Amino acid sequence: MALTARLSATSLALLFLTSPSFAQELNALVWCDHTDPELVAPFEEKFGVTVNLKEYEGTAAGLAILDQSQPGDWDVMVIDAVDVGRAVEAGYLAELPADQLPTADFFPELVMAANNTVNGKTYAVTEKFGYNTISYDKTKVDPADMDDMAALTSGKYDGRIGIYDYYLPVLGLVALGQGINTADINAETLPKLKDPLMALRKASKQVSDVVSAQTALATGEVDIVVGGGEWLTAVLAADNANLDWTIPKQGGLRWAQSIGVVAGSTQPDLALEFVKYIVSPEGQARLATASCYWGMPANAKAGDALSAEAKTVLRWDQQPDFLTRAQLYPIPDAATDTAMQDMWTEMLNQ
Amino acid sequence: MTLKAREHRLGWGLVAPALLWTGAFFALPFLAMLALSFARMEGRQIVPALDPGNYTRFLTDPTLFGALLNSLEITVLVTALSVVLAWPLAAIIAFRVPARWQRLALLLAVLPFWTSYVVRSYAWLLVLGQNGVVNRGLMAVGAIAEPLEISATRTATVIGFVHFFVMLLTLTIYANLIQLSPNYARAAADLGAGRWQTFRHVILPLTLPGVVTGAFLTFVLCIGDYITPQILGGNSELTVPQLIMLQLGRSGNFPLASALSVVLMAVVTLAYFACGRWLRLDRV
Repeated sequence: MALTARLSATSLALLFLTSPSFAQELNALVWCDHTDPELVAPFEEKFGVTVNLKEYEGTAAGLAILDQSQPGDWDVMVIDAVDVGRAVEAGYLAELPADQLPTADFFPELVMAANNTVNGKTYAVTEKFGYNTISYDKTKVDPADMDDMAALTSGKYDGRIGIYDYYLPVLGLVALGQGINTADINAETLPKLKDPLMALRKASKQVSDVVSAQTALATGEVDIVVGGGEWLTAVLAADNANLDWTIPKQGGLRWAQSIGVVAGSTQPDLALEFVKYIVSPEGQARLATASCYWGMPANAKAGDALSAEAKTVLRWDQQPDFLTRAQLYPIPDAATDTAMQDMWTEMLNQ
Repeated sequence: MTLKAREHRLGWGLVAPALLWTGAFFALPFLAMLALSFARMEGRQIVPALDPGNYTRFLTDPTLFGALLNSLEITVLVTALSVVLAWPLAAIIAFRVPARWQRLALLLAVLPFWTSYVVRSYAWLLVLGQNGVVNRGLMAVGAIAEPLEISATRTATVIGFVHFFVMLLTLTIYANLIQLSPNYARAAADLGAGRWQTFRHVILPLTLPGVVTGAFLTFVLCIGDYITPQILGGNSELTVPQLIMLQLGRSGNFPLASALSVVLMAVVTLAYFACGRWLRLDRV
């Protein structure tokens, strides 16, 4: 009897120790910039918790992970700002208390209420933004050429171009080159992008992920990266001041990522604290210069916490001009999204 | 209980852990994957079904089927080149290097295994790049005027693979060669065979189990590899593992990814049966 009682007590203790609900862990579905230990460390220290971070790439993959998960598996999610609506529609994001978010301190364009709010309720908050345009080595190409997207397929730079391996921004740029706004990419306009995309592929040397694109540009393997921007060149700026980026006359894409609390989180208060930390000036400065890629903080007050050098690399002072010349990512419906990915896959196998 | 019955039970007892392991971590997951490959995607939802649509799509979509052809071409080329390079290396270590140095020679041969696979691939990228060691060296000696386009091509993928798999094959072929009695070669010489005839009709057939075992492992590892084509190939062409990753990581299309994985397993199974006659996995 005594043995049974002891075993039961031990089992209960083990259950207590191993139960996720007592482990003070926060599970976050994020992009790679959030995996910088410098970013989450202050939060973990302050709240005495461990933040488990799982990287994903592309909204479809993120939503697929949530589709396959149980409610409560995830507490926080970083998502493309333009896709917040999709996540809300699928029931994956919980409402945030808007009055507790410092959006009054944000760059006005980055509040993005149309994206982060559904039916008057706030479900996410913008945390970081930047541009998908053209990165280049200014000692290898004529910077004036980079102001016109047509130069890329003119033959002058054949074999010297790298393409960032993400279909949404690059197809968005190709659309802008054809005079099609990113918001107008749909089943009807998508076929018009195929030939220009294939022409770009023909002129390019490689299609690469973030690290490979950075390596290629840094080593001179390619001189231009289509789809690049400050997020690609900023981490290389200290070693190679020749790397630059621009927004061509046809325009560029503005990427923005939002963060929200996952519906069904078993610790919504802690998840909200994490969101609040990320959009605080300190969290924003750390996120802006996170090791995976840099980007502009949505909270303008982060400028006080950023060094002058970091602000120069991020082109802090040129943001008003850049913000007016960039369009948001395409927001394809499910069928168009699949068609875009199929076109991208076909392009990869050219 | 009779002795035979006890031995029978003991035998099952000893085999049971391996059976359970294989069942839990291979058979069940494979069956789950097989079932998933017949499911359908409706929007983002996976709908259980018995729909061969994913396989039909694979067979009729030139992009998907082309990826299999790319995978096969690369794998066959890599396997053949690795065998051609590894055999002489293994023979030199087995027959020319003094016995006391053979262990060191083998250690040096497999030393690159000790570095991370991903790091090694990126290192090759720097070696084969426009401004890499190869191009700089060739330009320095005047062999070429302009840098060769090696990185982000199939050539780069093949070089990266061959570097890796020559090490593996050297081990399997060496293990085979070292067991050969020198009397075989002596007997062949006594019977009037020249060096080439001895190699062709005696040594090579006797090393076939080691060669085929290594070649099969090379085939399996190469056709399923995602990293080398991705990093060194620069997405210049798609292979099946890259397609699977695209479906999993980007599209969230788990049924199509499962179907592609089943196709890959079927190819490996065919390869196994093709070389099953010579396969000696105990030589690994």
